[in-house]
Amino acid sequence: MRQIIIIGSGPAGYTAGIYAARAGLEPLIVASSVEAGGELMKTTEVENFPGFPDGIQGPELMFKLQEQAEKFGAEVLLDDVTSVDLTGDVKKVTLGSGTVEEAVTVIFATGSAYRKLGLADEERLSGRGVSWCATCDGFFFKQKEIAVVGGGDSAMEEATFLTRFASKVYVIHRSESLRASKIMQQRAMDNPKIEFLYNKQVTAILGGEKATGVQLTDTVEGGTSELELDGLFIAIGNDPRVHLVHGQLDLTSDGTIAVEGRSSKTNLRGVFAAGDVIDATYRQAATAAGSGVVAALDAEHFLASLDQSFLAEHTDGAAEGIDTAESVAV
Amino acid sequence: MSTTKAVTDASFEADVLQSDKTILVDFWAEWCGPCRAVSPILDQIAAENSDKIEIVKLNVDDNPQTAMQYQITSIPAMKVYKGGQVVKTVIGAKPKPALEADLAEFLA
Repeated sequence: MRQIIIIGSGPAGYTAGIYAARAGLEPLIVASSVEAGGELMKTTEVENFPGFPDGIQGPELMFKLQEQAEKFGAEVLLDDVTSVDLTGDVKKVTLGSGTVEEAVTVIFATGSAYRKLGLADEERLSGRGVSWCATCDGFFFKQKEIAVVGGGDSAMEEATFLTRFASKVYVIHRSESLRASKIMQQRAMDNPKIEFLYNKQVTAILGGEKATGVQLTDTVEGGTSELELDGLFIAIGNDPRVHLVHGQLDLTSDGTIAVEGRSSKTNLRGVFAAGDVIDATYRQAATAAGSGVVAALDAEHFLASLDQSFLAEHTDGAAEGIDTAESVAV
Repeated sequence: MSTTKAVTDASFEADVLQSDKTILVDFWAEWCGPCRAVSPILDQIAAENSDKIEIVKLNVDDNPQTAMQYQITSIPAMKVYKGGQVVKTVIGAKPKPALEADLAEFLA
């Protein structure tokens, strides 16, 4: 049995891994088979992560975090978690390979998933002109007219990035003011290829074999119009990825995993959560990293509070468990 | 990054369309993170099913003509060819079990 399993490999997961590994806890980081590194793997230049005055590419930052965690003894596994059993004192984590890993503590750093518009043809046209990843798919829209849906930082970043390829980029936003930070808004507004469409909601995606346009509904006037497009990039936010813990962990009204105060403690002993999966507000790489630190320290403290008899009792007196208790009781 | 054979605009006709095998073409690019993630999974599927399907890669940066011809707008895009025709398209990086499920009819 392990002392700690970290599920997720974004800034929160890897930073928790760095701290847990440096504490000698030999964490297992289940990083996902195809999404290891998390959301930053789909970004380009990251300009606001402390310590990189010239910026750093998102994927490069994530490889460095992984390297740093591994350097101190974290084991990074490129597999997916298919289910978890958190109720007992021994936490069970089932992997895509079928293997069941057991640990005394688990940290959830599963981040968030792209929100969908919820329209009928969205799924069908996904990859056929509808995309959630500008850095992956922007290349295919050279000299094309496309739109980004959304009004936050990620929508501004995607729109600005897409002007490298597209001849025209519309930004479609439901209200008349953007949520994005001033610097990101200004950058997009200064770009001659970007045109803002305010108070417009995408109410249908048009197209047969591929997306050819959208139907827009004016959120103030109520009328509808059609806009011809070659591509549509959706950047309307993210939802915390909590499907693994439904029915086991308490959630907040925002859908994030509920934690106690400023800690990472969930409603179950030995289960901690960090990063975007507990944060509906800030959702930055740096805040996620900090949150990962909190979770690792909370887990470390929890492990240290367990005495030998507790571990022996709850792990069927397995020799490994007793070793575990000794190594953390220092 | 991969042992899988690379095909090009120039070789596509002979290597893929004229082939008598079932061939999966992985449309990818160096700058595509999800492509890099799915690449080792495709290598595994290729190695485990070498008698049933051949998996090749096409770099869309170097071979824009083929990418355009097949209307690629999102990568990774994996297209299965049989007798010169596309018989299946899978888009996006997926875990191995999900990819195997998508390709089940060709791996059986």
